[in-house]
Amino acid sequence: MRISEAWLREWVNPPVSTDELVEQMTMAGLEVDSVEPAAAEFSKVVVAEVVSLIKHPNADKLKVCQVDVGDKAPVQIVCGASNVREGGKFPAALVGAVLPGNFKIKKSKLRGEVSLGMLCSEKELGLADDASGLMELADDAPVGMDIREYLALDDQCIEVDLTPNRADCLSVEGIAREVAVLNKMDWQPEAFEGVPVSHQESIAVEVEQPEKCPRYLGRIIKNVDVHAETPLWMQERLRRSGLRSLGPVVDVTNYVLLEIGQPLHAFDADKINEAIVVRDSQADENLDLLNDQRITLDADTLVIADRKQALALAGVMGGQDSAVSEQTQNIFLECAFFNPVAIAGKARQYGLHTDSSHRFERGVDFTLQQRAIERATQLIVAIAGGEVGPVTEVLNEQFLPQRQPVQLRPQRIQKILGIEMSGDQVEDIFIRLGMNVESAAEGWRITPPGFRFDISIEADLLEEIGRIYGYNNLPNSRLLMRSALGAAPEARLPLDRLKDLLVDLDYQEAITYSFVDEEQLKLLMPDEAPVRLQNPISQDLAVMRTTLWCGLLNAAAYNTKRQQNRVRLFESGLSFIQTGSIVQKPKLAGVALGSVFPEQWGEKSRKLDFFDVKADVDALLALTGFDFKWLKDRHPALHPGQTARITKADGQAVGWVGALHPELEKKFGFDTQVFLFELDLDSLQYKKVPRFTALSKFPAVRRDMALLLEEAVKASDVIDCVMSAGFEKLRDVQIFDIYQGQGVESGYKSVALSIVLQDFDQTLTDSEIDAIFNGVLQSLNSQLNAKLRY
Amino acid sequence: MSANIEEILRQALEALAGVQDLKQLDQIRVDYLGKKGLFTLQMKTLGKMEPEQRKQAGQIINQAKNQLQQALEQARTALQQAELAKRLAAEAVDVTLPGRGHGVAGLHPVTTTLRRIAQIFAAVGFKVVEGPEIEDDYHNFEALNIPAHHPARAMHDTFYFDAHTLLRTHTSPVQVRVMEAEKPPLKVIAPGRVYRCDSDLTHTPMFHQVEGFLVDDDVSFADLKGVVYEFLRAFFEKDIQVRFRPSYFPFTEPSAEVDIECVMCDGQGCRVCGQTGWLEVMGCGMIHPEVFKAVAIDGEHYSGFAFGMGVERLAMLRYGINDLRLFFENDLRFLQQFA
Repeated sequence: MRISEAWLREWVNPPVSTDELVEQMTMAGLEVDSVEPAAAEFSKVVVAEVVSLIKHPNADKLKVCQVDVGDKAPVQIVCGASNVREGGKFPAALVGAVLPGNFKIKKSKLRGEVSLGMLCSEKELGLADDASGLMELADDAPVGMDIREYLALDDQCIEVDLTPNRADCLSVEGIAREVAVLNKMDWQPEAFEGVPVSHQESIAVEVEQPEKCPRYLGRIIKNVDVHAETPLWMQERLRRSGLRSLGPVVDVTNYVLLEIGQPLHAFDADKINEAIVVRDSQADENLDLLNDQRITLDADTLVIADRKQALALAGVMGGQDSAVSEQTQNIFLECAFFNPVAIAGKARQYGLHTDSSHRFERGVDFTLQQRAIERATQLIVAIAGGEVGPVTEVLNEQFLPQRQPVQLRPQRIQKILGIEMSGDQVEDIFIRLGMNVESAAEGWRITPPGFRFDISIEADLLEEIGRIYGYNNLPNSRLLMRSALGAAPEARLPLDRLKDLLVDLDYQEAITYSFVDEEQLKLLMPDEAPVRLQNPISQDLAVMRTTLWCGLLNAAAYNTKRQQNRVRLFESGLSFIQTGSIVQKPKLAGVALGSVFPEQWGEKSRKLDFFDVKADVDALLALTGFDFKWLKDRHPALHPGQTARITKADGQAVGWVGALHPELEKKFGFDTQVFLFELDLDSLQYKKVPRFTALSKFPAVRRDMALLLEEAVKASDVIDCVMSAGFEKLRDVQIFDIYQGQGVESGYKSVALSIVLQDFDQTLTDSEIDAIFNGVLQSLNSQLNAKLRY
Repeated sequence: MSANIEEILRQALEALAGVQDLKQLDQIRVDYLGKKGLFTLQMKTLGKMEPEQRKQAGQIINQAKNQLQQALEQARTALQQAELAKRLAAEAVDVTLPGRGHGVAGLHPVTTTLRRIAQIFAAVGFKVVEGPEIEDDYHNFEALNIPAHHPARAMHDTFYFDAHTLLRTHTSPVQVRVMEAEKPPLKVIAPGRVYRCDSDLTHTPMFHQVEGFLVDDDVSFADLKGVVYEFLRAFFEKDIQVRFRPSYFPFTEPSAEVDIECVMCDGQGCRVCGQTGWLEVMGCGMIHPEVFKAVAIDGEHYSGFAFGMGVERLAMLRYGINDLRLFFENDLRFLQQFA
């Protein structure tokens, strides 16, 4: 909310500067967002009256005016505005004036005619963004008076960003009350005098939903001049709160809303069919709103209707059919209390947000309506005349919000705020805040006033004490907490360790959005159903990722498009899969492309291949100390010949490694091979706690063998076969060469193996070694049809 | 010395002068001092001499041998040094050339920031807990005292999957989940991704928060102030000014916003702090009795505080990053600055 400082100071004027005032408000929880001058800097602009004018002899659109600016003789000013006229009063910038934008007014000649100044529009004075002509001043504006003084422009607009609990401060009066408390000033709300009733006509009011509308006040004001000009002071205050002047009736309702926080609505009384009915809408009922929007109502929206149709969306916005228009003569002024629960969410449901709904859904003082309708009546009559009818009030008191006393115990002040406070001090704070304070057996019973909707439990009262006492005056205590020795779970493999390893392997961590483009995701994971957002920020961020690859590939492509030809990225985070319920699984994924090493003098450039990435993934897996299996498999996103599925020894799925399918390279914007891995973090969260085994005192023996194998036999088959051959003394087996080509029949390959043998009790003899060697060979031969080459 | 011995020594020294390498040197040693060397042969002639003569001749031969021996040693040393010098020269490299292999990459600045936050709190016994990102309405709102149609919901710009399922708008639901599962004393921080349906210069639809809370027998607002104050000083490694402003969160009462003295201008007023000299860095407060009620913790006996902060914002302030969107573009030129 935005208010004029001068207006506020009219209600309460503490002896503090603007800066101090703003600081007080902010530190009391009424956060001031900005303080801006009410008008831009300008000087030497005065109230002027056009005494006479003639058409410019050399220009059709210009007029040569004699203007009284308060000096002995009028000055001549050439003006092109369409609303310049004899007897009109306008602001005149005199020679030597400086207007906003450092625009200097000098004596000049316009097509041969001397001009000693400029008549100004609101735009030229920086008072409006737009203007159609000169700024019209009231007939009684004193000629020659400095316009800044006349319009009281040396003022500040204070923008207050209020939290939803402080609806009581959505008015000048509300803020004034707070400022008075903060400065310990005596303060009373203003009592507005009623305007005498001069006719007895009224419109019947029927409230069908008293729970939603416990109090409804209305009155007819006849013969209102809707063409009357809103006085400048009111226009200015509205402007400084960011509202445009829209005619006297609307201006007054807006003004009262700003002044004391009560939203009002004025209907054209002659458009109301017989009676006002406050009821729930019927499903599919239509309503044309003031903002030219037509809405179709649901079955439980509170509306203000007449016998025929809905006229207004209660507490939100009026309707077009019953709006005050240029032809309106008689108005029906509505001033109601709608229950916050009845209004809350309704404006948003219809895509609306108004000053009125903003206040009603947060809570308007339910004791305010009588004062407010009198205030509005008084202002309307003062500006636009009219004859005032009696107020019709429909009150269902039992549905008004209840204000229950809340207990406050001194020891809770100590426990929660950490301070001791005297009883007098406590009582003073609450009395100044307008609350009713009674002593009770254990402390006090405090009843909040009608304007406070945020006080229902003791903690709320504690906050008030803290707020008024000043959070910064509350003590700071050193952390004195129960402490226990920390745990050091060794079997836990922290994610940080995995990330650090990847960083050390030259993978840069990335963070990508968890929502991705559905089309792209389909290319990578056609078989997984993604979770779909109802209200995505855009269509290309509409589904939750089922794999981290989508974001990583896009991040990699983003970089290759920026001349990075070697990209290695990883990310950790959740993937989301819809399988009846939503499964959220933590993953660790990476993407790599380009050369193995950055370009360098000492190493021949070599393109990354599957086994480079496999080594990186193996390093991650090795951190666990457990055994994993690499299985040849297919994945829709990956190259069919370069895809591995990783499982734990017991077959539990761990993840995938492979080259991006060549068909997808272009689709994701690459012109090179791209490698990917993704691992389930759940299967990497534990590691083996080491268990010592004794070292053999006897030497190990290595024996090599070269085997001829069918091409399709996998390395893992060979290793598994050797290790499961049942030789206890066989410690290790390695493949150290693979050969295909001359000397090896096509369809076959030569695989060179080394086996390492060792015993704990003795040095192995040649015959023992030969026995194991032959046993292994036999196993390989019978299971894999391997032949010894030499 | 007999002329013969002198001649042999002269020849030997002459040969030695022309020696190029250790092999030639060794050959000279063998030729003159070896078993069949010239001096050895001379020694063998001694046996046939008279004892008087033998003694003298022996001395002469030994003198000559010693002289040669010394010369050989000198030459050997000289050769070895020359050879070492040659090797050293040959093996010299340009040490200013870059090293071989790959370098080390870096963590995302958000991760680095999260780790520092966790480290600071871990030192006083806070444990790290994570929660789901797709949340239910109950944990994200209801249990946090934000019923349907509460105006605070409008501030959250929630992404929905259906009427009850949403992307968490803050890390506070973890508070509820922990308190449902465990009983006080509790000291927890909950970092993670959060989502709001908002995207412009200063908002990304996904960002990171850290929620922290502490529940124990006697926890007061003063403890909250102390913890927040010390944390901010530790995080910025600076004796920074901190202020607490009353604010509103449905799940804390009393509630506060925490401002720090602007780290860009030292509180003098600049573009980053909107000329105020203050920067809002977190929200906090005493855990609301309704939240305790929702998780069946006795709010009369226990009290606690909670705080929440935006990680990107802290990272921006710490490292002087001026554009939020950089965090999720993953441009290597940006990321590598934090390696």
